[in-house]
Amino acid sequence: MMRASRSRGCSMDDGSSMDSQSVVIRFAGDSGDGVQLMGTQFVAAAALAGNDFATFPDFPAEIRAPAGTTFGVSAYQIHLGARPITTAGDAPHVLVAFNPAALKVNLPLLADGALIVLNIDSFTSRNLAKAGYEKDPRQSGVLDGYQIIEVDITKHTLEATAAHGLSKSDAGRCKNFWALGLVQWMFNRDSSAIESWINGKFAKDATTRDANLAALRAGHAYGETAELTAALPHVATDTAQFPPGEYRGVRGGEALALGLAAAGELADRAVVFCSYPITPASPLLHQLARYGELGVGVFQAEDEIAAVCAAIGASYGGAIGVTSSSGPGIALKTEAIGLAINAELPLVVVNSQRGGPSTGLPTKTEQSDLYLAVYGRNADAPVPVLAARSPSDCFEVAIEAVRIALRHMTPVILLTDGYLANAAEPWRLPNMDEIPRITVNKPAERKPGQDVSAVIFDRDPETLGRPWVSPGMPNLMYRIGGIEKDIRTGNISYDAQNHQAMTDMRAAKVAAVAKFIPPQKVEVGPERGSIAVVGWGSTYGAIYQAVRAIPAKERVSHIHLRHLSPLPSNLGDLLAGFDRILVPEMNMGQLATLLRDKLGVETIQFNKVTGQPFMINELVQKIRSLLTAKPAVRAVRGERA
Amino acid sequence: MSAQLQPKDFATSQEVRWCPGCGDYAVLKSVTRALADVGAVPEKTVFVSGIGCSSRFPYYVETYGFHTIHGRAPAIATGLKLANPELDVWVVTGDGDGLSIGGNHLMHALRRNVGFKILLFNNEIYGLTKGQYSPTSRPGTRSPSTPSGSFDTPASPGLFALGSGAKFIARAIDVDKNGLGSVLEAAHGFDGAAFVEIFQNCIVYNDGVFNAFTDRDKETDAQIHVKHGEPLVFGENGSKGLAFDAKTMTLRVIDAKAQPADVLVHDETNRVLAQLLLGMNAPEFPVALGVVLRQPSVAFEKTYYAHQPTQMKRTGSVAKALRQTSVWRVDEKKPAKK
Repeated sequence: MMRASRSRGCSMDDGSSMDSQSVVIRFAGDSGDGVQLMGTQFVAAAALAGNDFATFPDFPAEIRAPAGTTFGVSAYQIHLGARPITTAGDAPHVLVAFNPAALKVNLPLLADGALIVLNIDSFTSRNLAKAGYEKDPRQSGVLDGYQIIEVDITKHTLEATAAHGLSKSDAGRCKNFWALGLVQWMFNRDSSAIESWINGKFAKDATTRDANLAALRAGHAYGETAELTAALPHVATDTAQFPPGEYRGVRGGEALALGLAAAGELADRAVVFCSYPITPASPLLHQLARYGELGVGVFQAEDEIAAVCAAIGASYGGAIGVTSSSGPGIALKTEAIGLAINAELPLVVVNSQRGGPSTGLPTKTEQSDLYLAVYGRNADAPVPVLAARSPSDCFEVAIEAVRIALRHMTPVILLTDGYLANAAEPWRLPNMDEIPRITVNKPAERKPGQDVSAVIFDRDPETLGRPWVSPGMPNLMYRIGGIEKDIRTGNISYDAQNHQAMTDMRAAKVAAVAKFIPPQKVEVGPERGSIAVVGWGSTYGAIYQAVRAIPAKERVSHIHLRHLSPLPSNLGDLLAGFDRILVPEMNMGQLATLLRDKLGVETIQFNKVTGQPFMINELVQKIRSLLTAKPAVRAVRGERA
Repeated sequence: MSAQLQPKDFATSQEVRWCPGCGDYAVLKSVTRALADVGAVPEKTVFVSGIGCSSRFPYYVETYGFHTIHGRAPAIATGLKLANPELDVWVVTGDGDGLSIGGNHLMHALRRNVGFKILLFNNEIYGLTKGQYSPTSRPGTRSPSTPSGSFDTPASPGLFALGSGAKFIARAIDVDKNGLGSVLEAAHGFDGAAFVEIFQNCIVYNDGVFNAFTDRDKETDAQIHVKHGEPLVFGENGSKGLAFDAKTMTLRVIDAKAQPADVLVHDETNRVLAQLLLGMNAPEFPVALGVVLRQPSVAFEKTYYAHQPTQMKRTGSVAKALRQTSVWRVDEKKPAKK
């Protein structure tokens, strides 16, 4: 077993030390090297071995950037082990670098003393120059302090696959499986699941299948036959203690798609998903396109506006209309979201947030669309806003979003981000029979002589949701639109008092959602204490681990919000029980603003917009720095800490 | 719904708020008559509109109606058809709504061939925003935003539709109840996107803009009502005809009595002929009215459903879908191990 050269001296689960409890591994290479596939297959084997895991694919915006360049480097990070794993880990202990550029980009991320497996076949003077290395890093001293394993992966791969008659370039492409075989050996994994995947995937191409199998086995044998045993660690990770049940690995995009399909099943309505391709939201479109038999229809619209409008049209027609995009696309949809608010139609808008403004950082994660979601429309146009916190949480939140949209007849915005969409974790499968069904607001029978508006706008006094009346329903023909309407008859109304009443009604409707939100809970730590670390969205895992790493006597708690608009009713009282409130966010302080606005609380901001998720360690350091610098004034409502 | 509905049965209680003398009144009348004539079922009929004078239309028809946002009616109607392909959907738009802010959606609705009628009220002006020039205004149009006259080239709605891949293109004049009525009925019977351009007079901001071919004393020579399989003749007693000049690949007007063999016969399935007919302008040529193009067609939503593995029916279960990947069991107390 290998240990990092320097321990950071705490038992936090940031992967700061590799041991049998937790290890962080990163594969990196060119976009075309197959590292994403290598990562997913390694995780599949780890899951079957009973490890907990979290993954983070980190790929460039370019589809096939020029080979060997630093901006074309694609990476896949895996954190696996026995303890509850909630993030992809701070600093990798093991890096497999397929070329000099991959080394150059990833070296700064590594843990002290990390093990680096280098594919030396790619360390040519040309590739070194493309990576921006003036001198070979193996000689320049930049790798001092790391354990370096030099392997001619390409050469070994070609040898291993020689018998299968592939061209040299095709044979070379098997090197991800060769390297995977080697890593499988390092972590003492059974490769039968990977082999059966290869058998299935290449069932129609025996040559490729056999070559990949040969490469996988050769890589494993390479580790086994002790050619490098002296240097190569052989790590056994303990299995995690999971509650009993059925498990699978799931990415956020998959869980969200399954959640939307599940909501359709629970409401017994078709789901019509209308979208326009955009990074990083497209995986949801791709996933749902395969769910026809789950009653999901997918429509790829001509643009973002058409996508939201088609979803609204579908909702008007009695299906569950859903649209999805990322920040730039959501900005385009805002006018139409206002229409759905005015027409009192259900709609779910999924925003897979990315770095911005404008095109920004399409493949990098950020949480900077909270303002856009909560405040970003013309006029007084509130909508409920929810955020998912982990890949598997996307499933529940998708159901919750549809439930709210149908109960209150309103658009709902669901925030995820690029990290969540692509990250994966083990998921204890829910029992569909235990999830409450979603009820639809059915119109009452229209009595003889009764005006149709009495049925159409008969809003539920508790939810303010109106009946969902769709074309095709006899005897209920009505007209609706974006023009302000009379609160009772639904006819066009420019009346001053009526507009006030309608505006109040729309605000009260969104506020009414809070009646159905469970009280906000504390994830870790006491209900009252010195610091509440308040987060939302994909920072969950990092905050959770950071707070767990702080000794209990410090009375630091983690509070994580799913509902951002409206906020849970008890949140103000809960936060009042803490001396200080720390709000870590991957933006410049949007939740901090929201909490000040809605609850009048002052918070300590901790903001990061580097396109990378929070590291557990940086959160721990921040909390510690607060604990050592005691506040001069106790922060209470309206006072600054 | 037992007895045959009358046009008045499709009127709503709403007070119609167009300017007195607006061509929209005539269109509304023709539409409600067409609905009665084709036996439209009110609860299965939907009018979807964008923004503009014409887009007030849904409030005045006793069917379902959705007055949406500027330019987006075709996109909303597309989603509606996906949710319920059985509905009889009419999109009402104008030259600004359909060809300016909503040009993209109109193009894609037409190329996809979504099964709804698109009535584009072309008055060559922005009415509701008080008279600015529109994408169909002719060069030289003086308006509040072009006080010295507009100078950009106008779009032709018919040619736009043709270029977008429309399979049904028809034209009519607002006050021509026979011409408009028969076009509306044909559009209703079409399985796909039926594009109808209606020349509609804006009495306030662009009065008389179509007089060159709608005036009583000019209409005989300035209009040609095309019918599939019939010679393309117009003028007094059909004295004039349209012929094809192969050398210049253009149409020309000939003496139909002197050269009857040279007169073209209308073929509504011929896209080349449709392009020539839609490109004719008064006074050099008569303006083509009626069903200019109608090709064999299957509506988008039918193909969409046919392509769905289960035709949008829920035959699978999420519980099963959750498990369509490698699943492992963790038993009581001891974790799973290979």
